[in-house]
Amino acid sequence: MTDTVKHVGLPDERPPSNIVGPVAWLRNNLFNTWYNAILTVLVLLLLATAVPPFITWLFVTAHGFDATSQECRAGGGACWGFIGEKLRFILFGTFPYDEQWRPLLTIVIFIALLVGSCDRRFWKPWLGLVWAVGLTAVGILMWGGVFGLTPVENTLWGGLPLTLILSVIGLAVAFPAAILLALGRRSNMPAVKVLCVTYIELIRGVPLISLLFMASVMFPLFLPNGVSVDKLLRAQVAFIMFAAAYMAEAIRGGLQAIPKGQYEAADGLGLSYWQKMLKIILPQALAIAIPPLVNTFISFFKDTSLVIIIGLYDLLGAGKVALSDPSWRGFYRESYLFVGVIYWVFCFSMSKYSQKLERDLNRSHRR
Amino acid sequence: MSQAAHQAQHVLSGEEIIRCTGVNKWYGEFHVLKNIDLSVQKGERIVVCGPSGSGKSTMIRCLNRLEEHQKGTIVVDGIELTNNLKNIELVRREVGMVFQHFNLFPHLTVLENCTLAPIWVRKKPKAEAEDIAMRYLKRVRIAEQAHKYPGQLSGGQQQRVAIARSLCMSPKVMLFDEPTSALDPEMVKEVLDVMIGLAEDGMTMLCVTHEMGFAKSVADRVIFMDRGEIVEQDTPDSFFTNPKSDRTRLFLSQILNH
Repeated sequence: MTDTVKHVGLPDERPPSNIVGPVAWLRNNLFNTWYNAILTVLVLLLLATAVPPFITWLFVTAHGFDATSQECRAGGGACWGFIGEKLRFILFGTFPYDEQWRPLLTIVIFIALLVGSCDRRFWKPWLGLVWAVGLTAVGILMWGGVFGLTPVENTLWGGLPLTLILSVIGLAVAFPAAILLALGRRSNMPAVKVLCVTYIELIRGVPLISLLFMASVMFPLFLPNGVSVDKLLRAQVAFIMFAAAYMAEAIRGGLQAIPKGQYEAADGLGLSYWQKMLKIILPQALAIAIPPLVNTFISFFKDTSLVIIIGLYDLLGAGKVALSDPSWRGFYRESYLFVGVIYWVFCFSMSKYSQKLERDLNRSHRR
Repeated sequence: MSQAAHQAQHVLSGEEIIRCTGVNKWYGEFHVLKNIDLSVQKGERIVVCGPSGSGKSTMIRCLNRLEEHQKGTIVVDGIELTNNLKNIELVRREVGMVFQHFNLFPHLTVLENCTLAPIWVRKKPKAEAEDIAMRYLKRVRIAEQAHKYPGQLSGGQQQRVAIARSLCMSPKVMLFDEPTSALDPEMVKEVLDVMIGLAEDGMTMLCVTHEMGFAKSVADRVIFMDRGEIVEQDTPDSFFTNPKSDRTRLFLSQILNH
């Protein structure tokens, strides 16, 4: 009896430092075997030689945003004067200089729509209306011609708004199309099934570049004389077609993971095909398909830069064109670094958000 | 309630709700249902038993067209089951089904599982559907779990929710496809109790089950199937005490004396 009392009274001791703490962590993760120890040392050496000069170039010896190209060429690190000078061109392309508040507002609207749509509490029917209003506003801002706005040809559009228009509108239209294609591919109706399979396999079987070329070069050949379809629209359609085929396959993967019993339970309750799909099957299938879907989203966001081959200048294209100014030639590191950071911020946010969404959905659905 | 008193009280209406005539079905070359003739009256409680692969699940799954029959006619609640999708949906909303593996919708709460079909198929207002759902959830004694997700419940609880989900559609017939086979032994009773309660309330039930105790205490008729045919059907009393065919006798000796 007295023994137990004494034992209950013993205080908790901290674990010895070879189990927890930074030293133990180092030993367990970086120096746990002799070859890992060598690798660790090698990597540290590599970092030590590469990182400090980069930091120096990036910040210490760099020229500020107001530097001229002559100052930069005289020597030193990164020339942020290039970005200072070309910022508006890289972001907005050849959009008329005095009207560039319009593409800026477009970027703001897009980001607001995207960030707002991330919150699952807003996933209500009215969100579709908000998007419709937002996209209409974008159209008015970019085209102009109403409310006293100067009309701007879409051949002058460029930079980040073009990237956002192509990718966001592209993915927003391609997503429902992809759902239909994925459902069609698993349909019991042979004609629908063959049509969907043929479409998906045809589109997936050609490179995106060739599809863009076809849209810009071959497609007009099939049109009667005098009829022309806007180049941007053709590129947009090509993107939608391509994205839809890829996303359809990602969604099909999700659909295949849904047990047969879910279909039978929905059928047994008397739900119609569309009720069954919209209420039971798709919510589960899409949650499962989030990782491959986000993979597709991210790669398409970046693939929009391929429009440069048909003469449209998106963010990357504008960054490249900015370099062709004779007085600023040669500052490609600064240009691509800047553009790369913008792409990275968007893609990393998508990735982070998708991880959060996956966690949230899993929390409630755990079987 | 004693078995005798219970059966004495139970008077069938004589009104027919299901009629199968000469129903045949094949899976490829395999003849899974052979000339099934079956008539079910309103309020009747039928237990279907037989060795595995005998076609008993297939038969009751034909009654709400989860399986398609290829020959013969099935008429449920006055509607013949054909390829007509509208008719199939009409039959399905009158016929509840409980599955071996529950098949609850994992992305919806227990309450949402129960209100989904009444709202979308019966077009009931949400509040009314929720009232009905809570009533049935209380009846299967699980109302306090209404806002949990199926994954958070035990097997027995999930199966009780599945029964409540079917009842929310106020079906005229309930089909049970081995409702206790996937349960841990200690959970079988809570599900059977709910089913017994349902039977006492006069629900028309067809049950594929190996629970012979359940068959003895609530069934009006026991159907024995083997190799795709109905071999024997009788009241539980004479079925268990005086089986007529050798195949029935063999089956009963196998399941009762182990």
